[in-house]
Amino acid sequence: MLETKDLTIQFGGHTAVDHVTVDIAEKQLTSIIGPNGAGKTTFFNLLSGQLSPTEGEIYFRGENITSMSTTKRSRLGIGRSFQITNVFPNLTVLENVRLAVQSKRNVRYQMMAHFLHYKKFQEEAYALLEKVLLDKKADTIAANLAHGEKRKLEIAMLLALDSEILLLDEPTAGMALEEVPAIIEVIEHIKARKEQTIVLIEHKMDMIMDLSDEVLVLFHGELLAQGTPEDIIANDIVQSAYLGGMYNERLS
Amino acid sequence: MNLRTIEKSTWVYLAIAFLLFVVPFLVTGRSIQFLIIQIFVFGIFAMSYDLLLGYTGIISFGHVMFFGVGAYSTAVLFDRFEPTIFTFGLAILVSAIIAGVVSFIVGILTLRLKSHFYAMLTLALAGLFLVGAEKWRKVTGGSDGFTFGLPDMLRDSFTLYMLSALSLVLLFFGLRRMTKSPFGKVLVAIRENESRTESLGYQVLHYKVIVSVVSGVVASYSGVLYILSLRFVDTSVFATDLTIDVLLMTIIGGVGTLIGPIIGASLIEFAHHWLSDLSDVHWLFERWIILYGTIFILIVVFFPKGIVGTLADRYIRWRARRTE
Repeated sequence: MLETKDLTIQFGGHTAVDHVTVDIAEKQLTSIIGPNGAGKTTFFNLLSGQLSPTEGEIYFRGENITSMSTTKRSRLGIGRSFQITNVFPNLTVLENVRLAVQSKRNVRYQMMAHFLHYKKFQEEAYALLEKVLLDKKADTIAANLAHGEKRKLEIAMLLALDSEILLLDEPTAGMALEEVPAIIEVIEHIKARKEQTIVLIEHKMDMIMDLSDEVLVLFHGELLAQGTPEDIIANDIVQSAYLGGMYNERLS
Repeated sequence: MNLRTIEKSTWVYLAIAFLLFVVPFLVTGRSIQFLIIQIFVFGIFAMSYDLLLGYTGIISFGHVMFFGVGAYSTAVLFDRFEPTIFTFGLAILVSAIIAGVVSFIVGILTLRLKSHFYAMLTLALAGLFLVGAEKWRKVTGGSDGFTFGLPDMLRDSFTLYMLSALSLVLLFFGLRRMTKSPFGKVLVAIRENESRTESLGYQVLHYKVIVSVVSGVVASYSGVLYILSLRFVDTSVFATDLTIDVLLMTIIGGVGTLIGPIIGASLIEFAHHWLSDLSDVHWLFERWIILYGTIFILIVVFFPKGIVGTLADRYIRWRARRTE
């Protein structure tokens, strides 16, 4: 559904993503793993349009989207969350989500009506907050949320857009350990509905192995391996390059 | 319309608006009425500026160009044509069109730039307008300026007061509705986090251009009213000082609100008036700009949210404590 062909980006002399050709399957959860600096986030930025590639193409449902802006891609149905928490800090949690709902519903340039005229948006936003277990914080200013709650808010905003593809950049990054299960629960929830394609960057190995249908391994910008979690664990090259024998015990 | 859905604050503002229309019956002094008219004019100007600064987070140092466009189109039209009410209507229309076109073109060209680059460019453009007004003597009379006649109706300070008050009230409620519309909510989102707004699927540039056109047109209207009250125009309507003034009004009153700039405008206009009057008492007051600067620094340091912002914070905290 989302394809890349020879996708490459260079920063000066450094090749951050190197001729990556993948095809991300519809309604599946694909994880991207790789050591720090492997080009995972850069790859994401290319998919979502924050960066444009030096070489190669990106196709979404067969359509070439390589030179499309972030906004257009988002309207096509590619939504992303950020590794660094990226919300509207001085607005309430509800308003954060409401803005996403408003965009989804295509109310963009309405200047005359009061925003409460669109009561549905407010209700929809509230329902989404319930879904990510954040409804009790609806009236809190986003800046005052705990880190884990901000990530949940991000996911709620992403869900509001109802994107076909969710690009989640380390949803559990920097999160307190006890907050992690809640996020995993949210992701499992989305996965269980089988309505959206999810692409996930993650460091926490065990989480990936349980959740993923497919795993991509990036190493120095190159696609090192692609397969089911079991394949990846069994893959010798991946073992030596990245996992460093971490899973040997489990295998033996 | 269902009355119950109207916010409480709307009634408060309506009451204040009503008071404004009563004032000229109580305060009949010409000079004090003139002062209040100036407050209304700069209140409108500052509101339009706050649409950019407070709502969308765009810092412009060239906002005065729209003010000047309004002032000059009015003055030139009254100079060339018979001073009738019709000319006045034409002046409003012409200045709105010119300001709209100018802000649209400037916006398209410059709003792609990030904060300080944009600020610098607007400063340069406003400078261009100032030089243009100085050099195009045939139309503008250069730095000497010119006086012009007004229709009898607009000569009367009472009529002018009512006209300005009505304009302020209508624009206040109009813009207030706009800032509370879905469109206005997106503007605030742009101020808060531009890249996030983009990835939600909003075309940020479109919003910036639209708001700068609205803001430019409103600013030009304040220029029209300003020049009606002076009946004289010169290049000072393009001076950067005015942009700085309006920036201070907005910051002192409270950015991100519409009532803030109006309060800021009243304070600064009154301070200007009274402090200059005090020059008989002590020479220091003659240099009122020194005091003005000091007050400004104190406000930015101690009340960075401005008067309205600080009061609103207090109120929210007070209410939170009461509900506990």
